[in-house]
Formats: sequence, structure tokens, C-alpha cells
Amino acid sequence: MHPGHVESRLRAGLAGVLAVVALSGCSPSEPQSSGTEPRISLVTTDQYLNSLRYIFGSGIELQVQFPPFERTEGLLANGAAIAGISSSQLEQFQGAGATVAAQVVDAENREFLVPCKPAADDAADQACATEFLSKIGRLLYRRPLTDTELATFVDSAGSGAKTLKDFYAGLELALEAMLLSPEVLFVVERAEPDPENPGQLRLDAYSLASRLSYFLWDAGPDDELLNAAASGELQTRKGRTRTVERMLASPRLADGMRAFFDDMFGFNAFRTVSKDSTIYPNFTSVTAEAAREQTLRTVINHLVVENKDYRDLFTTRSSFMTPALAILEGTPALPGWTPYTLPSDSHRVGLLTQVSFLSLHAHPGRSSPTLRGQALREVLLCQHVPEPPPGVDFSIVNSPSSSYPTQRDRVNAHLENASCAGCHKIMDPIGLALENFDGDGSFRSTENGVAIDTSGDLDGVKYADAVGLAQAVHDNPGLPRCLVQRMYSYGTGGPAGTSEREILGYLNERFSSEEYRLRDLLRTIVLSDAFSRLKEPQDPVPAAPAPGGDEPKITRTQASEATLGK
Amino acid sequence: MKTLSRRRVLKGVLNGAAVTVGLPLLDCFLNDNGTALASGAPMPVRFGTWGYGCGITSKVFVPKKTGPGYDLPEEIASWARVREHINLFSNATAILDASPNNNHFSGWVVARCGIAPSRGIPGETIDTTVAGRIGKTTRFKSLTATADGDTSNSYSYANSATRNPAEWSPLKFYTRLFGPDFQDPNMPTFTPDPRVMVRKSVLSGVMDQTSALMKTVGAKDRARIDQYFTGLRQLENQFEQRLTKPEPIAACHAPGKAPVDPAATKEVETMRLRHRMMTELMVMAVACDQTRVFNMSYSAAFSALVRAGYPKPHHTCTHEDAVDPALGYQPNASWFTRRTMEAWADFVEAFTKIPEGDGTLLDNVLIYATTDVGDAKTHSVDGLPVITAGRAGGKIKSGLHIDMKGGSPTAVGYTALRIMGVDVPSWGTLSNKTSEVMHEIVV
Repeated sequence: MHPGHVESRLRAGLAGVLAVVALSGCSPSEPQSSGTEPRISLVTTDQYLNSLRYIFGSGIELQVQFPPFERTEGLLANGAAIAGISSSQLEQFQGAGATVAAQVVDAENREFLVPCKPAADDAADQACATEFLSKIGRLLYRRPLTDTELATFVDSAGSGAKTLKDFYAGLELALEAMLLSPEVLFVVERAEPDPENPGQLRLDAYSLASRLSYFLWDAGPDDELLNAAASGELQTRKGRTRTVERMLASPRLADGMRAFFDDMFGFNAFRTVSKDSTIYPNFTSVTAEAAREQTLRTVINHLVVENKDYRDLFTTRSSFMTPALAILEGTPALPGWTPYTLPSDSHRVGLLTQVSFLSLHAHPGRSSPTLRGQALREVLLCQHVPEPPPGVDFSIVNSPSSSYPTQRDRVNAHLENASCAGCHKIMDPIGLALENFDGDGSFRSTENGVAIDTSGDLDGVKYADAVGLAQAVHDNPGLPRCLVQRMYSYGTGGPAGTSEREILGYLNERFSSEEYRLRDLLRTIVLSDAFSRLKEPQDPVPAAPAPGGDEPKITRTQASEATLGK
Repeated sequence: MKTLSRRRVLKGVLNGAAVTVGLPLLDCFLNDNGTALASGAPMPVRFGTWGYGCGITSKVFVPKKTGPGYDLPEEIASWARVREHINLFSNATAILDASPNNNHFSGWVVARCGIAPSRGIPGETIDTTVAGRIGKTTRFKSLTATADGDTSNSYSYANSATRNPAEWSPLKFYTRLFGPDFQDPNMPTFTPDPRVMVRKSVLSGVMDQTSALMKTVGAKDRARIDQYFTGLRQLENQFEQRLTKPEPIAACHAPGKAPVDPAATKEVETMRLRHRMMTELMVMAVACDQTRVFNMSYSAAFSALVRAGYPKPHHTCTHEDAVDPALGYQPNASWFTRRTMEAWADFVEAFTKIPEGDGTLLDNVLIYATTDVGDAKTHSVDGLPVITAGRAGGKIKSGLHIDMKGGSPTAVGYTALRIMGVDVPSWGTLSNKTSEVMHEIVV
């Protein structure tokens, strides 16, 4: 093993130990916070698939793509708690459930996925159906099924087996229905009174398990996590810390962080990005997927495997290479993916000069300093650039006149118009530093025969080229703050509001003092009181009586009453 | 077999027996002249929408002549083959009142919701309202598709939180419509699937769980769970239909072969091909009475169409294309609108290819088409066009150009709602509110 690697591992381990020590000492520095609202979040395509793979194994084949949520405050994930399911999407869920259920009980898979054998293959078997459905139901619902829920599914399996004269067909259709259930498709968070903080609410143990699991692994809780919830261990500080350390050490952390960065970087756009093949013949849909993968590999390796400083992602020369990108980056490459170090004199350095950023924030047939500058502001620094005013004549930007040979000449026209200049002066100089890279991400030193001037400035820091821009971004205090804000929103399931300013300030301080290590940030977030504390729901629960007495969890109504009674 | 009455056959089927029986052929299920269903009910009137991005170049789009036989300026020259079926309502205004002008958004939202949005979609779109009235008996309450390969490109919302995602792949759309779950109304035999019976009964357990959950959540989440519950009911309805022998439909000829998806680009020629493929499927879904409400979105509001060899996509082009001094407009931006109008003419024409009753499918359809802005170059919300096609079962005139004189597009939308049987006293809010049907187009 590389010595640096050992050192970084040691550092990670040590940080973990220190964090445990600090937290067992009651983490005095976390400010009081009112917490987040309990949410009901629709699962994403990846969460649905990841959970099914965990429960039924990776042999289950499923091709589904549910529609993405509306991007809210920079994240698709923030839309999960407000998204509904349209009838056509529910049809897709039904079809997906049917495909999965059929595979689970087919002649081959039933041997290891169904834990018991029916007395007869052509008749109902209540005991075996109960064993299978309670085990699977607990994982799919992320909590044990209530007696009523389980009885309903077992009855369904029984009557199906009777009608179809086939035990497995009955089981299949019961599983199919389970996969369509509201609490499988929606992650429903429930509150309970917090015994350590009288008068306040917290997530109940199973809801906390789900919040942790979807955040860190992008999938539902595993068996061990549900056990920790059931035993009450998860609601103790020590137990929660132990669980969190296990989750942070798991290889599944990479799945969770890939999902986060894919969302934060807006990479869902790669599904539909396309370049004009007459202008950029080397950029195909394969290139687009490879560009996305290159960045995600770089990020996961840097932050999760090597546990390095987040800011260094923007100045690192370490990357991964594959033939589809090698042709754009002008380097030879082996088939598949191989680690790749950019030469020290390369014009490329860090994430901003990877094909993903350069091609995603460009036109189909042209680079765009404005789009790149806007993306850097909005995606990486969490700033908001206003929409252009209506009724503006942009045609000067595209003047075919030879007096405007380069993008710099053209976008300078923005600055001649006062209503344009206000916003463009905060975007264009950033993007102009990346003008050595064409709209497909390939390098160029001239445009229309004229040498490209890549100088610019970011918030007063001047630089000569992309390497200088990378350093300016690295040093910009907004960069880590933006990650903290996005990470906290993502983990708690909704945009951070003004009441979360203090907890964000605290997380920023911790992130800085821990030298911008992702794992430490994750640990601080998920072990914070704010992560599990719940506000009173703003919109009231109806006065209707709470559901039947076999509900395993205290509902929000009951929790509120319990709290009010104190 | 001859002695079996249809009623007896269906009774046997509904009793749940998994039997295959021969049924008498389709002609006897239509009345003598084929203009109505055997039950005596007239051919159903269907409602559709079509949407595209980035408006028009009014100088070469808006006809000089109003009324019937209007002229076809360059940008809509492609309508020649379908002009008699199309009403063009030019010069409408999405009235904003105190709401901000959300570029590329306010225009189409006023036309489809009747409300100037302050932020986000204010509520259900017009197709959802119509589907609530006429969409309950068909396999699909409504269908939504796009030509640009992006499932997010949809102008249809079930409510403020739920967009109806667009079918984007011809292959997937084909499979959903005409794959294994399709029940061909003209099949001589009918076999109810016992698995579907079980599915339907199992679904009731899920619905009970949903009702229980709904009682424990707050108002906002309750609306979302309720929306999901509506989806469950629609699924139950689909299962029920698969257990029922459908009435034969002469015009229904399901495509025999699954299509191959075109390249995943927004290049205009590929777009036109994909649009034709999606249109063909949609038209047949309507002809086969799989849905009575349909939405096609050609390009998104920020149209990202690409012209091969031209460096800027459509929307960027509307901003940056220089006005040609001789022509007096942006030639490249107009090129995109022309191609889009060709696609619209393709869409309308496709409905005329299906004979139905004495005429064609288009006669029994009303299509309502909108865009996001008026003038492409300035992104204005006045000078907005609204377009309709079809005669809604003879209830509406077609082939007219009407100058809206700056009025809200809701006048057209409200008329469409009333024609489709949605008996609301008015539609829209504030200055977009209207309670007047446009008598000049109603028969």
C-alpha cells in the first residue's frame, strides 16, 4: 500500500476516534436548533433499485427510469418531499413491481430467496407465506409490518394461490402489491417525544434509520440497522455513533456519495445532453456517460477512498481515463477505466477542466463562458444568478463580424449594456478562463485563428488561465460552505431554511477545523441533534382518529399531543 | 357457439371463468352506418394538447386576413395541407396582473391553467380538468408524450406537485400501449386473465393501507397521498377493463411491430422523426379508445432544438440571432419555428388519416396548442398565439383566424372546457378569468 494511503487511513481512523470522544462529551458546541420537519419523501429510481438489490440480490434485472423530481434549491433530492405520484408513474411502479416479483419466485431464484418450502406447490401455505412476507416486508417498509398489514398480504397470497392453484403465483402477486404500497414508495418519517429533551420531538428509531440510510447509502436500511432501531440502540448516543461508524466504513458509502454528487453537480442532464455531430464528431452519448463517470470516480476516490480535502478536488491532477475521453483529452488510454495523472504542465487541473463540467455547461455546437460562469456560481458556490431581463437584444453577441473572432470579444458586448453587465460581469470572466476548452471539452489554443486570452477574476482574485481559476475556486470561502449547505439539505430531505443558519455555521466551522474531510462532515451532520430533531409539523394533522391500535409507531398526532401534555 | 348471446358470453366471463370463447364479429356492434357505437352512444369526443417552445415571428406568422380562408405567411406555410382543420387565435396576452414575468413559463401556464403563476405551477392543467370529466372510463385517464426524448418535457400537471411525465421513447410508449397488457377490441376471442383478477383483489389491501396512512398526515402530504390513491383507482380500473370484453372499434389497428428508438438527440430531423413515431402511437391509442385525453409536447419551453451544423440551439438562437435588415426578422430563429410548425401540421394530419364514422378521427377531437412566449426574439407575453385543431364532434367550427386583440388565451381554453362538457361558470383568476364562451367558433 502507498505510504500516503496508510497515512490518510490513519488520519481517518484517528478523526473517527476523536469525533467519538468529542461527541460522547456531549458535543457542547452544537447550537440549539429547532430541527427539520418530518417528511414524506418519494423514493428515487436509484433508491428503489439499490434497495431491491440489497433485498433480492444483484441478479434481479430491472430497467426503470422514474421521472426526476423538480430541482429545488440546487438539488433534485429537495423535491422528493414535495413530489407526488402521477397515475402514469404509478403504472410504471406497478410494472416494475411485477417484473421484480416474477423474478423473485421463479423456479431458480425461489430456492434461495424464499426461506421456506410450502407443504404443496399448488395450494396456499399460510406459515411459509407469513415467513417470507414478514421478512421481506420489514426490509421494504423499513420497519416491521403491523399485524393487520401482514395479515392482508398473507391473505392475498393465500387467495391468489387458491385461485391460480399455485403457491408461488400467490406469493408473487402479494409481493407485487407490497412493492406498490404507499410506505414502500414513500419514506414516511414519524415523530416521537425526545426523552432527553422534554417538550421536543425527534425522529422515531425506524425513521432515523431510514434518514441515515438514504443519506449515506442511497438505499433503505439493512437488517443490522433495523435491528439497531428495534433494540433501541440507535436512540442512544453510543449506539448511534457505533451505527454511524459502521455505515461510514461500509463500501456502500460510495453509492450514497455518488448519488449526492451526481445530484449536486446536475449530472442528470447528461441523460439528454447531445452535441452537434457535425461540429463535435468525437462527442457521442458514450462520451457523455464517460464524462459523468470520470468525475464521479475522481470525486469518490479523492473524498471517500483517499479521504482528502474537498477543496483539492479543484486543483488535483489525479483522475481516471477511458478511451471515449482520451480522444478528447489527447492522451492514449487502456480499455475500461484506469487511474490517470495529468502531466504537471497540462492546462487541465481539477474538476472544472474535466469534460463533464466543460461539455455540460456549453452549447451543442459552441462553448459558453456565460453558462460555465453561471454553473460555477450556482452549482459550486450556491449563489443565484438572476434570469436575463425580457426584451433584450442579444444579437451583437453573435455578430458574424470578423472584428469579434473570439468569445471574449463577443461576450464583452454584454458589458456595454448596463442591464446585462450587472450579471454578466460575475459570470463571464470565470468562463473566459476556460475558453481553452471547446464545447466538447477538447483543448484549443486559438479561436478563428486568434490566440485565446484566458485571463479573468473571481471575486477580486485575478488569474491568467484555468489553472489560476482552479486555485481561486479552491481558495474561495464559498466553496466548502456550499458543500455543507447542500449536504445538510440532502441529508435532512429538504432545503435549509433561515432557522438553520446557526447549525450550518457550526457545520462550516467543524468542516474547516477538520480540514474539509467529507467523512468528518458526514459524521458531524448525522450525529448532530439537529439531524434527528423534528419540528412540530406546520400543517396540521386532521382531527380524525389515529389508525388502529396495532400501529407500531407513535404518529405525529400522538407525538404532538404527548409533547403538549408535558 | 352461435346460440350464445353476447350477453351470455360476457356474463360467463365476468363470473371469473378462465375461458376462451368466440364472439360474433365487429360489424354487428356498430350501428348501420358506423357513426356511433352499437349501444347508440355517439363516437366519443376527445381532447388533446400540443405544446412547443419559443413562440413565433409575428411578422411572418400572423395571417393578414381573419375569418375563414386565412392566408398562410411563411412561418405557417406548412399548414396548407391542414388549414381547414385549424383555428389560429393570434395576438392573445397572458395577463400577469401582480405576478412576475417568469420567462418561458408565465405564457403557457396562463394558457393551460388560467392563472398567472407567482412561483411554480399553480394547479392542474386544462387537460387534467378535462380528463376528470371524460377520462374515467378508459384504460388511461390521459396520455402524455414528448418528441424531444426528455421525460421532463411535459406541459401537463395533475396538481401543483405532480407533473405528468412524458413518454419519451417510442419503444417504451409502444410497449405501454400495445404490449402484453393491450386488449385488442377486435379480437374474435376473449380470455380474461385469472392473474389479473387476483391482482385486482390484492390491490384493495393496498388501498386500505393508503386510506389509513392518509388519516395520519398533514394537509399538504394528504393531497400527495390522495393523488397516489387516485393512481391506485386508475390501476384498479385498468385491471377491471382487462376482465371485460371491449366493444369492437373498426378504426383500431394496433401497430404490429415494436418501433426502434431514434438517436437520442434534439436535432430537428431526428425530432421530426421521433415526433411522427410518437404521434402515430398516440393517434392509434386514441382511435382504440385507450384514452380520451392526450398531450404531446414537441419542444420544451426553453426549446433546445438543434439544427445540424448550426452552433446554437433554438432558444439561444432566439436571443442571439441577428435581425436580417432585408427580411426584418431573425432568419435562423424563424427557421426553427418553421420546422416546428411542420411538425404541428404532421400531428394534425395524422388524425385525419384514421376514418371514423362519416369522417375522420380529427372530426371527433379538439386539440389545444400553446407556446410559452409571443414574439420569439423579445420573449413577450403578448402577441401570444393559441391554436386549435379538430371539430369536437361537430361542436366547433374550424379553419378560422381570430384576432384576440390582446385578450387572455383563457377565452379559448374556457370555450374548450365547455365544449368538452366541463360545466364550470368561469375559468382563470384575476384578469385572466373569463366566463364567456367564444360564440364565433361554437356551432
